[in-house]
Formats: sequence, structure tokens, C-alpha cells
Amino acid sequence: MKRALNSILTSKWTKVVVFLVCLVPLGVLLWKGYQGDLTANPIEFVEHWTGDWTIRFLIITLCITPLRKMLRLPLLIRFRRMLGLFAFFYVCLHFLSWVVLDHFFNLHEMWTDVLKRRYITVGFTGFVLLLPLAITSTAGWIRRLGGKQWQLLHRAIYFAAIAGVIHYYWLVKSDETKPLQYAWMVGILLAWRIGYWIYGRRQRSGVRTLPSKEPSTAEMA
Amino acid sequence: MDKRVPQLSYSEVTPKGVYTNRRNFLFGLAATGAAVSGWKSFSRWMSGPATGSVPAPLSGFTKWPDSTTEPITPEKDVTTYNNFYEFGTDKGDPSANAKNFRTTPWTVSIEGEVKKPLKLHMDDIMKLAPLEERIYRHRCVEAWSIVVPWIGYPFSNVIKLAEPTPKARYVAFESYYSMGQMPESVSAGIPFPYVEGLRMDEAMNPLALLCVGMYGETLPNQDGAPVRMVIPWKYGFKSAKSLVKIRFVKNEPPTTWSLATPNEYGFYANVNPHVDHPRWSQATERRLGNFFRRPTLMFNGYSDQVASMYTGMDLRKNF
Repeated sequence: MKRALNSILTSKWTKVVVFLVCLVPLGVLLWKGYQGDLTANPIEFVEHWTGDWTIRFLIITLCITPLRKMLRLPLLIRFRRMLGLFAFFYVCLHFLSWVVLDHFFNLHEMWTDVLKRRYITVGFTGFVLLLPLAITSTAGWIRRLGGKQWQLLHRAIYFAAIAGVIHYYWLVKSDETKPLQYAWMVGILLAWRIGYWIYGRRQRSGVRTLPSKEPSTAEMA
Repeated sequence: MDKRVPQLSYSEVTPKGVYTNRRNFLFGLAATGAAVSGWKSFSRWMSGPATGSVPAPLSGFTKWPDSTTEPITPEKDVTTYNNFYEFGTDKGDPSANAKNFRTTPWTVSIEGEVKKPLKLHMDDIMKLAPLEERIYRHRCVEAWSIVVPWIGYPFSNVIKLAEPTPKARYVAFESYYSMGQMPESVSAGIPFPYVEGLRMDEAMNPLALLCVGMYGETLPNQDGAPVRMVIPWKYGFKSAKSLVKIRFVKNEPPTTWSLATPNEYGFYANVNPHVDHPRWSQATERRLGNFFRRPTLMFNGYSDQVASMYTGMDLRKNF
């Protein structure tokens, strides 16, 4: 069972399939556009669609480590970078739809909004936080920064996910159902990490099976 | 990258029961998410053919001479992109969920500080004054706008009929509400029934319309059937839908959105490009169907008819 799973996880075809599946939200959006099925306010629809999928991909990316640990499938790590980059891909589409479709490059209007509108301020912050993570996602950058530094930098995804949820929560007028669903998911995923970290520390100080070497914090992110 | 292998003692290994529980928990979480999203479409599919009221052609209305000549928004947009939170908060929810809304029989109760409290049946309302088609601009507080050919008559006709006493200084409107017909209202985040209000002079203004139809037909359910207000110089939420009660009162009546979020929505809610919503700008708007935003006009372009009612008022304070 486990062996079969692992051979699926290591197959290069699995990566191809996951990649294509990650493109489905974009495909559906394009199809809806082609069909003229983007509601009476297509620009708003594109903004909401790409925003929704950004948060969803951030959540999926944050699921990888807990799933690796709980299901004992370390090979899941093979998909984390791709999923994270898809979160970045959708946030770029989200940002571009705001810049091009919503404001049509009106820099003054947009910058005023970034400074003045708190939901845009926090959303923009989340986007900026993801930029260095996307840039340093290559093996070359991991080597250049060193594993520890790289891990530390990439913890920024926690704050990007929190920013994304707050951005959505501050945007809605009164129905908070969906932003709160996302808040719960991000909250549980971050709480799991805190729990795991505390558990790990207690093990280290108590049982002392690893007297000199502490378990790699790289495992945590 | 990391070649260190953590050495685990047996006592550290999570007991099987614990991790399978966690696994179940995660699967449970995912399943719940899928179930929530699937439920909506499933319940719509299960509910079968619509049993509610549908629009019927209207005739015998005249064309109001002061209508805007701007291009009319396609009817499909006005009937599929709605804010009617009793039927759900997504723009597409009201058209999907109001299909079974029954608007016959329908009575509107007129009460409060009036000489003649009345219960008007829909038939009476249709005949109370000559129907006019008026093409108005309609500006939502969310910074989108539409141009709609409404059918109705000035609300002042109702006021004259009810003969308010000198004590009446405001008019309070109440929309229909029942959990049975509007189960999606639970997650709206605003209190129901929906209530709105106008100052007496605003309600008397010739532009304030009691509306019974649009696009040549009676109102579709999602647009506020069978009878609603249309107040074109104020943000859309002031124009209460599916009215069941009109009450003449002494003091400023509570209004739903300012009950829900008092710092964001005031009693007046006049369209005003200079007074922003706390969270977004009101300087521009997107007309549905247009790519570029357009500047928002003071009082939605109806200054000549309404601005005099607000002279000397600080519109920043009375937003």
C-alpha cells in the first residue's frame, strides 16, 4: 500500500497531473469568459475568482507539511513548491485584474487605495510578501541562502495567508461565512504547527534521545 | 537537503489510534467543505420546478418625459445580478433562490400617524394612480450602477391617500420576511425584516417612486416583487423591496444597514462622490456592461430635483 503510494508520489507523471489540475480554475474561468458566463459584472467576477483561488492554493500549500507528518508520506514535499507557485500565479492574476481591468493602470487611484483602504493595504502586503518567496523558490536560491535562512524566509507564507484572509474579511459587507471558513482553515493549519513545535520541544527536553542535535526546524515549515 | 535522521524511541511514536483519528479528522474537514459547497446546488436541483410568482406583462402605462436617455442596462443583467440578502448574499443567489417566492395574495399595511390606516391589496395598489415608465439611474453603494426602466407612480400618491397627521415627520418601510420562504437569509449578517426610511419631504419628492414593474412587466421576485420603492438619488439599499408595511412616524426610524454597521451606513445614504464609504471610494462607479469606471455624480445626477432638500446640512455627518 505504502510502497504503491510512494511510487505514485515519485512518478514524474503525478507532477504533470497535479500541474494540470492546478490549471483547472484558470481553465474554468477562461471557459466561462468564452461562454459569456461571467455575470453582469465580469471584472468583479474575475477579481473574486482569482482571489478565492489564491487563498485556496495558500491553504493547500499549508496542508502539505501536516499531511506529510500525519500520513507519514514525506514524499508529498515534492509538490509543495509547485502548489506554492500556483498560489503566487493566482495572486498575480488577481493583482493584474485589479490593475488592468478594475483601474486600468490608474496609478494614482490605486496607490491612494493601497494607502487609504485597509482591505487593500493588507491584501497588497500579502502579495508583496509572496514575491520574495516565488523568486527564491529555486534550488539555486536554497543553496545560496542556506537551508535555515531559506526556511525562515519562507515562513512568510504564514503571514501572507493571514493577510489574505483578513483582506477578504474586511472586504465583505455583512456575510462573513466564506472569509470565516478560510480563517478556520488557516487557523487550524497554523495551530497544528504550533502544536507540533511545542510537542517537539517537549520531546527534546524530556526524553533526550537526541542530546546534541535538535530535530531540524526545516521539518516544520 | 537535510540528511539528519531523527532517532525516535518507541515512546515517541504516536499511537496508531491517535494518528488515524487525526487522519479521519482531516478527511472529515475536507468532506465538510465539499458538502457545504455541494449542498447549495444539490438543494436547488432537488427543489424541482419553480412554484413562485413570475412577471406578467403590464400595459396602459405612459412614458415619463424626464427619463434619462442613457442606454438601458440589459434586462438579463438587472435580473441576475441582485442584492436581496433575504435570498442569499451572492449576486446570483436572489435569481436562483427567489424562484419559489409567492407574492399572491399580497397586502401592504399603511399605519402609524395617519388619519386613514389602510390595508391595500395589490389590485388597489396597481390602480391607485396612473402608471408611468421612468428610466432612472440606479447607483449601488458597492460602486456599480445600472439604468432601469421602472414602472410605477410617485409615492406621494400613497401619502395623499393615507392623510398623515401633523405628527408624521418620517416614513418607515418594512419588507416581507419569513424564514420559510427565505432560508438563505440566515447567513446574511444583517437583521430582518429589512427596514428603511425617508424624511417626509424626501418621500413627497416627485422622484420617489412606488414601483410595481420594470422592462414592461411586473417586478420579478429577485428585484423586489410585487411592490418596492425606487429612490434614484440615494444608494440602492434605500429602495426597500417587497414592501408589506408603510408606517408614518414622529422620529427617524431605524434602517437595516445602519443597524448592522452604523459607522458605514447612515440614514440619508445620498449618492455623494465626495463622501467615501469607510472602506472604499465613492468617487467613481462602474456602469454594468462598461469597461471603464465613470465619475459618480452628486445625488446620482438628480441635484436639480433634490439638492434643495439638504441645504445647510453637513452631508459628511449625515451620510
